[in-house]
This record gives sequence, C-alpha cells and structure tokens, in this order.
Amino acid sequence: MTYQTIDEANKAVAAKVVASAPFLLDVVSAKQVIPVLEGKVLLHAGPPIKWENMTEPMQGSCIGAVLFEEWAADEASAKALLESGAIEFMPCHHVDAVGPMGGITSGNMPVFVVENKTDKNVAYCTMNEGIGAVLRFGAYSEEVVNRLRWMRDVLGPALSKVLHTLANGMNLNVMIAKAIAMGDEFHQRNIAASLAFLKEVAPILVDIEMDEAERKQVMKFLADTDQFFLNIMMAASKAVMDGARMIQEGTIVTAMCRNGENFGIRISGMGDEWFTAPVNTPQGLYFTGYSGEDANPDIGDSAITETFGVGGMAMIAAPAVTRFVGTGGFGDALAISNEMMEIVIDRNPNFTVPTWDFQGICLGIDARKVVETGITPVINTGIAHKKAGVGQIGAGTVHPPLACFEKAIVAYAKKLGMSI
Amino acid sequence: MLHTIIKENAYQDSIVLMLLTNKISTMDHVNRVSIMMGTPANKDIFGGSGLRTAELEAASANDMAIVLDTDEASIIDAVLAEVDEFLTSQSISDDEVAEESVRTWDKAMKLGKDANMAMLSIPGTYAALEAEKALDEGLNTFIFSDNMTIEDELHLKQKAHEKGLLVMGPDCGTGIINGVPMAFTNIVRPGRIGIVGASGTGIQEVSTIIDKLGAGVTNAIGTGGRDLSEKIGGITMLDSIAALENDQNTDVIVVISKPPAKVVRDKVVALLRKVSKPVVAIFLGEKPTHHEENLYFAYTLEETAELAVAALNGTEIKAIEAELSLPVVHLQENQTHIKGYYSGGTLASEAGMLIADALALKEGLIKQDGFVLKTGGHEVIDLGDDMYTQGKPHPMIDPEKRIEMLKAAAGDPETAIILLDVVLGYGAHDDMASQLAPAIKEVKETAKAAGRELVVLGTVVGTKSDPQNLFRQKEILEEAGVIVCDSNNKAVRTALAILDHEVKDTDKKVEKELATTDAVIPVVSEKVTALLQTKPEVINLGLKSFSEAIRETGGKAVQFDWRPAAGGDVTLQKVLYFLDHYTAK
Repeated sequence: MTYQTIDEANKAVAAKVVASAPFLLDVVSAKQVIPVLEGKVLLHAGPPIKWENMTEPMQGSCIGAVLFEEWAADEASAKALLESGAIEFMPCHHVDAVGPMGGITSGNMPVFVVENKTDKNVAYCTMNEGIGAVLRFGAYSEEVVNRLRWMRDVLGPALSKVLHTLANGMNLNVMIAKAIAMGDEFHQRNIAASLAFLKEVAPILVDIEMDEAERKQVMKFLADTDQFFLNIMMAASKAVMDGARMIQEGTIVTAMCRNGENFGIRISGMGDEWFTAPVNTPQGLYFTGYSGEDANPDIGDSAITETFGVGGMAMIAAPAVTRFVGTGGFGDALAISNEMMEIVIDRNPNFTVPTWDFQGICLGIDARKVVETGITPVINTGIAHKKAGVGQIGAGTVHPPLACFEKAIVAYAKKLGMSI
Repeated sequence: MLHTIIKENAYQDSIVLMLLTNKISTMDHVNRVSIMMGTPANKDIFGGSGLRTAELEAASANDMAIVLDTDEASIIDAVLAEVDEFLTSQSISDDEVAEESVRTWDKAMKLGKDANMAMLSIPGTYAALEAEKALDEGLNTFIFSDNMTIEDELHLKQKAHEKGLLVMGPDCGTGIINGVPMAFTNIVRPGRIGIVGASGTGIQEVSTIIDKLGAGVTNAIGTGGRDLSEKIGGITMLDSIAALENDQNTDVIVVISKPPAKVVRDKVVALLRKVSKPVVAIFLGEKPTHHEENLYFAYTLEETAELAVAALNGTEIKAIEAELSLPVVHLQENQTHIKGYYSGGTLASEAGMLIADALALKEGLIKQDGFVLKTGGHEVIDLGDDMYTQGKPHPMIDPEKRIEMLKAAAGDPETAIILLDVVLGYGAHDDMASQLAPAIKEVKETAKAAGRELVVLGTVVGTKSDPQNLFRQKEILEEAGVIVCDSNNKAVRTALAILDHEVKDTDKKVEKELATTDAVIPVVSEKVTALLQTKPEVINLGLKSFSEAIRETGGKAVQFDWRPAAGGDVTLQKVLYFLDHYTAK
C-alpha cells in the first residue's frame, strides 16, 4: 500500500473529492465519446444485468432505445431482437457514464460531457427528458421516441453550440454551491440549479445561429424541466468520484447504483469490482391511484449523487423535500443528515448548507463505518411503476442493502492479507 | 362520480399536495382524490389515474386542481374546509429536536472533545474491545460491565498503565470522580478523603458513613473485584493509591478490599507504608491486631469510615466502642437463628464475617449459591450474586426475590432475626423501603399470630442528598417495624447482642512496621491527575441513566447509543478490527 493506514488512504481519496473541479464541456452523441456504442450495444443503470432479469421499466427503455436507433421497426420486433441476444448490455459505469432510472443509453443519444479538470478524467450522462411518459421510466411510445429524436437533432446541438462559446466550459462547482444555498439537494430537487443553468445558457442561446422555432422549443424545454440539472449533477458526481478512485486504496465508497435487481457499490480499495445484493423497494409518497405494490424495485445510477455527498446525504439542504422522508418535518431531516455524518469521514467545505448551520456536505462514505453501525446511506429517489411505460408514480427514499458494504470490506481485508 | 375543483393561483409544492391528497383520501365517502398543480405533465398523471376530467383542462400550471371521486356531493364543502385547514397549518407541531444520537467513536469524540473518561455498561463480551478503543482515545475507562475475561482485564490494565490512564473495573459498580457520582452511587458530601476499593457496596457503605459523620469524599475509585488477584497484581489499586497521594485535594486515603493474594497484599501494604498521607485500610475478613505509623487497619466498614474521619480531623485513633442500644424483644426459646438477605455483596460478607466471629464458627465464610454464610441454622445470602441475577434485575432495583426470602424465613419458627440492607443512590430503586415495607409488616404479623416476635434489623446505605432521601427511607422502614441502625456493623452486632453474642474488638496499638521495603510510588500521569481534579466529562456507552446522573451533578456526558458493531457478527467485527488496525509494511 502507498498509504500507511486505511484512514490515511481514505483521507487521500476524500481530499481528491474536495480538490475536484468538474466542468460541463459539451453535449455530443454518445457514440462519439463511447466507442463501444458504435455497435449494437445498450448501456444500462446499475451493476451488470441480463435482459431476462431486467424489471419491466428497464426492458421498456431498451425497446424505446431500439426503436430510436431504428434497429427494429416496431415493438414486437424490437422485443424479439432484445430477447435474441443480438444486443449487448453493459453498465454505464463501465464506460465512464451514468444513467438515470433504467439508464438505457444508445449511440445516438446526446450526452453531457463533464471533465474533472483536476484529474483530467471525463464522465457522461444522457439529458433529462422532463416528466410524464419518458424513456428512463420505461415508456417507448411514439411521443417518447420523437422527443429523443428532437433532443438528438435540436436540443443537443444547440447546447453544444452554447457550451462551445465558453472558453473553459461551465464551472459546475460554482453552480452547485449556489444552488445548494437555494435549497437544492440535487436528487429530488434541482430547480434552483436548473434555473441557474438556464440563466447561464439563455443569453448565449438567443445569439447562436439556429432555426427560430427550434430556439423557442429549446428555451421552453429548459424552462419547463425542473430536473434538467439532475443529469448534469450525475455526470459531475461520476467525474469527481472517478477522479477520486484513481487512488486504489481505502474503503471510501466510489459508486452506488442499482439495476432494479441488484444494488452495486464500489470502494476505492477494490477498483472496478462490484459488490452487489438485491435492491430494496423505495418508501415514499405516491400519486393518486398508486401504492407501494405498484412500485418498481430500486433502480438507476442517480445514487452517484449520494456517493458524492448530495441527494439524500444532504437532505437538510432542501427543506422543501424533507417531508418525503416520512411524516416528519425539519427536525427529522436534520436528524437524518446528522446520522449520515456517522458513516462519512468528513465534511466537504466547498458546499456549505445554510440550514445545517453552514456546515459542509457529507464527504466520503466509509464502508467500514456503514458495516460497523449498520447505518446505510439514504438515497432520495423517484419511484417508477413496475410496468413499463406507466412512468413515475411517486418519490421517496431508499437504502442500499447492508450486504454490499459487508462484502466489500471482507474482500478488501482479504486483499490486504487477512485470512477469513 | 368525479368532481373537479380548481383553486386559481394557489401554488403549493408537489410534496405538500401529495401529503394533502393522502389526508383527504382518508375522509369518509372519498373514493379517490388527487390534488396537483394543473401542469400539462400533471394532467397526464391525472389521466393515468383515470381522473382526467373535462373541467381539469381549464386549469393552468398556477392553479391547484382537485379531482374528487365521491358518491356524496355533499362532502365537497367538508373536503375544501379540510384542504384549507391543512394548507394553513403545515408546520409540524411535534418538531422537538431530540438530543443528537451518537453511534460511533468518531462522533462521540467530536461531541465530547474534552472528554477524560469513558464509561461502559454494555454486554461483557463487547466490553474489552470498546475499552480498548476508549484507551486508544486517551480516556480513563470505567467498566461497569462484567463477564470480562481476566486476560482481557490484565491486557487493558497494562495498556492503561503504560499510557498513564486508569481502568476502573470491570464489574465496577460505583465511583465518585471529583464529587460526581458514577454508576450506582450515593451523593456524598465533597470533602478530603479519597477512597480506592475493590468492592462496590464497600465503597458505598464507607463513603455514606463518612458523610453521616460530617466529613466528605474527593474521589472514590473502584478497581474491580479481581484487581488484587495474583494475575492482575493490583495494577489499578497501586496506580490509584499513587493518584490519591498526588491529589492535592485528598488528605486521607482509604483502601477497601477483600483479603488479596499474599504477594499482592505485600505490594499494596509496602506502597501504603511509603505514602505520606494517613491511610486507613480494610482487608475485609482479616481481623487486624495492630496499626502502623500513619497506616491504620480496620475490621469493619464502619470502623474504616470512623478511622478515616479521625485521621482527617487529627483526633486520636482508638478502638471504636460500638454503643448499641438494644431493643426490648421477647423471643421464644427456639428462636435462635439469624437470617441475612442482602442486596449489597460486601455488606453480606461483613455480616457473615461478624456472625462467624461472634459465634466462633469453625467454617468461615463461603461463596456458594449466593450464600456467604450457612451454618447452624444461620444464613447470610448475597442476593446480588449471579445465581439470583441471571436474567433478573439486581435486588437493589427489584424487591421480588427478597420478599420471597423474607416470607420463607419468617415461616421458620427458629428464625429470630432477619437482617437486611436498603441501598440508596443513583441507579438504585426509587423507593425500595416502600416496596419492602408491606412484606415486612405482613411477616411480623404472621409471626405474631403464631405467638412469636420476629425481629427485622436493617441499615440504609445512603445520604440525605440521595434522590431517595435517607431519612424518608428510614422512616418508612421504621413504620413497618424495622429496627434501623446507622451502619451494617451496628445492625449485625445488635442482632448478635439480642441473641447474647458479642464480637470482641481488639485494642490495636500503633506498632513500628516490621520490615522496610523499597516500594516506589508509581509516577502519576497528567491525565490521571486531571481526572481527579476536574469535573468529569464522560463518553457513556450503554445505560442512559448514567449520563443523566452525571449531568445532574455537574459533570458532562455524551450519550453513546452503543450497539454491537456489525450487528454482532463476529467475522465482520474481526474484519473491521483488521482494517482499522492495518498498517502497510
């Protein structure tokens, strides 16, 4: 080991998180930056999973992606193609990407390009489609596919042009710090950051060369999409955590993600290895007519935000969403955030939370502490209907299974020479 | 049937509206309801629930839309009233910010950054590991937990000694640190007598008698019952004696112990001879024949307290004449037996010792099934023995076993006298006297009905400052017919005197010490010096009431809601230990 002790290694990993500098550089077709997507490959959320084990929303997303890529002409042939094994599935995380909910990403979908300037590594994430019938929740109707085409042909290129006018890209740390003070926790609530993003983009967007009708469409879409920044935050979190895990020692959690079947985590000392266990089902509030029985098990790469220290880990930053944690109010949210401090090694001074007496957000989830205390990270999440295409039916919180963390520290202890 | 109500320009956050929807849906006659802002996306969600009505289309994104499915149109007004009521009173009333919970050492040390002591009342199998962590954090450690192996105890005490820290315990029931009571402890007047002892109720009896005599205590340090065994070698005892010698607020040192292993006794006595302050020592069970210069040996706990106060006041050290005021009682001829039912182990031992002495019993004290003495019809039982406390509360908290014993003994026509103790202080029952009083009255009356007088003699270990109040407890017992003595020693001697027996006291002269030894007073670390001279700041792992007692009496405490690491999984605990202590080569 380079570091004398695990504490030292963990501090070094956390220091990299603090030192990170994610910048939004561009929006490009996924296959331009993820070469494997030139082939018949679909990226998905979470640790590796087979087609037959995917829950319906993820399968629905796959169908939508096949239709979007025009690998099949209709639902039935798309399904047959997917079942035939002709399409290769791969976790987003294996190609520097993250994807929300189903996380299904194909070659022609536009993705954000976020560079962590400190470590020169890059991360990608698809763009937020808004709410309602959307691919990430497994919808694949004409409306959904048409929106994806519009994002490919209009929204993506427009944002790319905007970003190209900035010499160094868009400094995301600044936007995150501003928005957290305005009540975003970046998982359940991104409205302040989304508006801050629009504020940066709008003056440039009005000047770039493009069709006027399309310019209005882009402006309206950005104004309407409260969660637009979530996907940028996911790419930023991924870039930061991938930079930090260049140190391959210690027990800091460097990724958390779920595929509807399994929850997967990585820790710094075990590199790319996933430690998985069956996912839990989120608890929360449901839209009328739906209940926990309709909920899809936990899914999506968006828990990368909690890995970084926002989302549920920064619940107290967003008083407006605290009530998702249960029937309680501010006091409960404070107690939850304080409890989360028991499983991290420090606070990140870059992002102070006014409602937490200006203390920094959680920094560095230590898998040892999770196992020791049995306290698992809290993840804020949307809740998908278990049937493909119904979409979002609620929102709430979910916890990773403890077994992921147990397996991770056992594997690391073995790696360091302990015989168990 | 579906009813649509649009509240124009009435924005509410979606979470608020989801909570509101949940509330309204519990009202009578409401089949289904959905309340959302009228955005296009939300209208789709209304549609998904089959609640998209024609009127809904008119709602804008700034309008609150309520779609209600009910067969009773008359409830709409009630629903709207409920909606308004909910929206105007969103503040959650039970928002009491609780005390911050602590589950890890890191957080405990952050909250208690000036802590100088850890207190452990957690299952014994985990105590060694947590005590080790406490020592690693540089904390003196008070171990209330029992069932620790002697090997662990030795390791911890050696480690503490090397680090300049004190380990009190394991199985340390009581302590006073600079006037602040620890665990099961009485509120004793602050003063200038320092106590170190290997027994819980021994320390309690001596310190409360000191209080009754008008003097007070600086510190009372418990060592745990095995400290003076050959294996441990009195590590805590020796370090504590040195600490009290060094403590500027302590003028007299009291040492309380059961007879130690010979080599350890020699080591302790050698150190006591070296100490500059007057020392009173009791090795309970030994009947001392003389004093040494500045080192006085006592026979009973009461004598220990009296000698300590005399040494403090500089008055003459002489044999204590116990003046007994004998009650008038009429026993039947066959009523000859004394039965002692104690909640305090050391008090039981003292009673056994005095009875065996007075009756010149050949078989001395025993330790078997809770019996301290069982001979010739006499018996003394320590109801705090493991045998009685397995899965049951300690008799200082729970009167049940004692009442059962009382009744059984009273039914025996040969029983003359029943001896008992009531121990007060933090941790003990709120009102033990009232718990015992009805049973005592009952057994006395039953005996009377059978033509016998049954004598119940007792002592209350406590002070007037204790939460239970010494005087009130005494009164309740006396009303029940108990003859309450000022000390256990007096109670036992009174019992013996009623049966025409007497404990002969030795008139001890001060003799020159027999052999000079080269004892070296151990060096006292800054941390231990500070421990005895400042109000303690404690990281308390386990029983919450201990934290409360410390806070009530001027100390500080961080309550650590300890649970077994990794949910008690031993393999994972080993993995954690390995990782926590891993050092790269």
